[in-house]
Amino acid sequence: MSREPSAHAPSAGGSHVVPVKVYLGVFLTLLVMTATTTAVSFVDLGPWSTVVALAIAMFKATLVVLFFMHMKYSPRLTRLVLGGGLFWLAILLIGTFSDYVSRAWLPISTR
Amino acid sequence: MADAHGAAAPHALPADLQHQFESLDQQQDAASFGMWVFIVTEILFFGGLFLAYTIYRWQFGAGFARGSVEMDIVAGTANTAILIGSSLTMAMAVHSAAKGKRRALLLFLALTIALGGAFLGVKAIEYTDHIRHHLLPGPGFRHAGPDARAVEMYFTLYFTMTGLHALHMIVGIGILSTLFVMAWRGRFTAEYHNPVEISGLYWHFVDIVWIFLFPLLYLIGRHAR
Amino acid sequence: MSAAEYLPPVEPEEPRDNYLNVAYGVRSWLLTRDHKRIALLYLASVTFFFFIGGLFALLIRLELLTPAGDMVQAETYNKFFTIHGIVMVFFFLIPSIPAVLGNFLIPMMIGAKDLAFPRLNLLSWYIYMLGGLFTIWAIVHGGVDTGWTFYTPYSTLSSNSHVIPAALGIFITGFSSILTGLNFIVSIHKMRAPGLTWFRLPLFVWALYATSLIFVLGTPVIAITILMVAVERTLHVGFFDPALGGDPVLFQHLFWFYSHPAVYIMILPAMGVISEIVPTFSRKHPFGYRFIAYASVAIAVLGFLVWGHHMFVSGQSVYAGLVFSVLSFLVAIPSAIKVFNWTATMHGGSISWKAPMLYAMGFIGLFTVGGLTGLFLASLGVDVHVHDTYFVIAHFHYIMVGGAVMGYLGGIHYWWPKISGKLYPEVLARFAAIIVFIGFNLTFFPQFILGYLGMPRRYHSYPEEFQVLNVFSTAGASILGVGYLLPLVYLAWSMRYGRNSGANPWGATGLEWKTTSPPPPENFEVTPVVDEEPYSYSAPGEVRVVG
Repeated sequence: MSREPSAHAPSAGGSHVVPVKVYLGVFLTLLVMTATTTAVSFVDLGPWSTVVALAIAMFKATLVVLFFMHMKYSPRLTRLVLGGGLFWLAILLIGTFSDYVSRAWLPISTR
Repeated sequence: MADAHGAAAPHALPADLQHQFESLDQQQDAASFGMWVFIVTEILFFGGLFLAYTIYRWQFGAGFARGSVEMDIVAGTANTAILIGSSLTMAMAVHSAAKGKRRALLLFLALTIALGGAFLGVKAIEYTDHIRHHLLPGPGFRHAGPDARAVEMYFTLYFTMTGLHALHMIVGIGILSTLFVMAWRGRFTAEYHNPVEISGLYWHFVDIVWIFLFPLLYLIGRHAR
Repeated sequence: MSAAEYLPPVEPEEPRDNYLNVAYGVRSWLLTRDHKRIALLYLASVTFFFFIGGLFALLIRLELLTPAGDMVQAETYNKFFTIHGIVMVFFFLIPSIPAVLGNFLIPMMIGAKDLAFPRLNLLSWYIYMLGGLFTIWAIVHGGVDTGWTFYTPYSTLSSNSHVIPAALGIFITGFSSILTGLNFIVSIHKMRAPGLTWFRLPLFVWALYATSLIFVLGTPVIAITILMVAVERTLHVGFFDPALGGDPVLFQHLFWFYSHPAVYIMILPAMGVISEIVPTFSRKHPFGYRFIAYASVAIAVLGFLVWGHHMFVSGQSVYAGLVFSVLSFLVAIPSAIKVFNWTATMHGGSISWKAPMLYAMGFIGLFTVGGLTGLFLASLGVDVHVHDTYFVIAHFHYIMVGGAVMGYLGGIHYWWPKISGKLYPEVLARFAAIIVFIGFNLTFFPQFILGYLGMPRRYHSYPEEFQVLNVFSTAGASILGVGYLLPLVYLAWSMRYGRNSGANPWGATGLEWKTTSPPPPENFEVTPVVDEEPYSYSAPGEVRVVG
């Protein structure tokens, strides 16, 4: 794994200028999705309500990251950094939550 | 080997290139990368609260729904739109800086600050309202209904999470105000505007946190009304 | 001619403008942006906190000389071990090697003039000092008695001690770590000299890179946890209070999610030091360089997956315990790989027993004992028996003191010539290293036995039959204390009266040895270009094992 040293790597999303049209498109989409998520919350979807709400939130966040934060035009390393952070958050959430969920599996009191 | 001090980027003042870097490109690349690493630390920082939220919502689902309907959904939706708008104006500020348009940069920075302030204003009104209804957790908390403890846990998380978010907004407004002063003094050019970009990254991150807080806190149990 | 006994025939001159004499005065130190000066600011601070933590260790050992709790009250004893833990963990072990040796060496090892963000580096030190101030305030005003682990609900509800100032001190200092880790990560990614690819980096850099990942990913979690404790304690809300629907075990999850990786923050840099010392004093390329590099990252990653092994008896689900137990066994593997590789590096090498090498040998032996006893603790059944006993205390002191502190001292001695331009007195240094080794084992080996026999931790009294072993332990602690004071004295002495060392007294490879001792303010006269593999030693008849 012999790479060119870092002094000559492309800038992290600095020099690319995104057209204003793209920004406006993303902005409008975000507004629409916000209205959508509020409206959908009044519909009874049972346990799916949370899933839908989170899915919409993740979609909105992805748009902000890709376009407003220039991730689409950033080098792989930047994506790796963000991906790593999110993965680590997942470890925290899943690791702890699985303790709580699995406590009930054994029919003896462990407290 | 060329002398590092001699090879400054064109149009950039010599003062822009810090001595430990070989080129302005490397410097700006490092700064952006550093801001992303910082954002990762913020993800884990808020993450602890999201964990507590996950556990307690799983345990106290009904109470959380009951607490959530106490929220003013108009204020919440409006605030979400305000922050999204501020992300647009922030992106436009970076865009203006990249094009060397000083006035546009100043305008969009001002708009972003104003929208951020509006968000905080709405939040302040909401908080005052909750407190007046005895919904601030602690000895003074009062909620009619069977699962007051669960509702209080909801509000503990609501105030802590939105409070921490608001603190980050205040810091962000401080940063943008500093940028405004720097831009006013003509500090930024098309070649050198990296501080605007990386502050933009921070601002967008704070917006994203709210994008998750909004459904998790405001939109539970609405349909049950 | 043995290359290991290299000493220049003529006394080297101290170079003209080096980072120490380029400017004088308090302001030139307190407002410096030079990573080398910042490293020395940290050196002074961590040394100060080390001796504060040591003082409280002494108080603990004095109380434990007799079975009865007769020196101080139980509440006071609780404060002793709490302050000892907080100061040693957060103000010495975590910052020591990264902030002192890492700050000093990393820019040189990557061929740069400084770190990516020098002002942030200075800010890190001020933040560290501010956090230290809060903690000192808490100590002086009566201390904290919750244990360094701050378990709820005692820390949030019942403790009458200065929980919040102490916790805030740790919170603040945490940001110092985060910024240091951020600085290292960006610098290593973005500022390596031409030709310096990842697999030409010194293993010390790999170790600190892995450590920095933990700084950045783990520290924020304890920061938010402390915030939650502070909010709960002041506003009487119920994150962790059962009466309000909270769960104390949630605190433990959050706390240990950071605090377990934190122990890898404490040991990985020391391993990095050993990876530098052993090849130099064996005159041999490290065995399995890539394995050592990968193992560093593996330890950092796997270290985040095992936190539940601190919670086997807390009420955590048995299934979670199972998973955490298996993962804890797995995380031992990369450490074992390193121990094997260091040993294999020495095999067939030309060994020189200078003081740094003595510390390195001490490290390898003691860390191995500590690591193996960790496996005992990772076994669910055994842990039920020895949890919260002196077995645990012995285990982590073998790693933290027998490992991390010896690695730190070894590194300080190894790079002392580069830092100060002087040689330390070799005979005295070897003597001190041996004193430390003897004192350490006398202090902590009896504690394995005590713990296994059932002596609980954090109690100021114990059954009569445990006294003999406790007396040995206290005796060992006093010897250990002497061993630690000696370097303080002779290293300070050497700054004034020591022989000039020259650029490379050990004949070592590595970019830091190619510049003067002490280095110039910008580290190199000319930015180096790297065109060879690292550790290119050649001893007569040696077979180089590359990879």
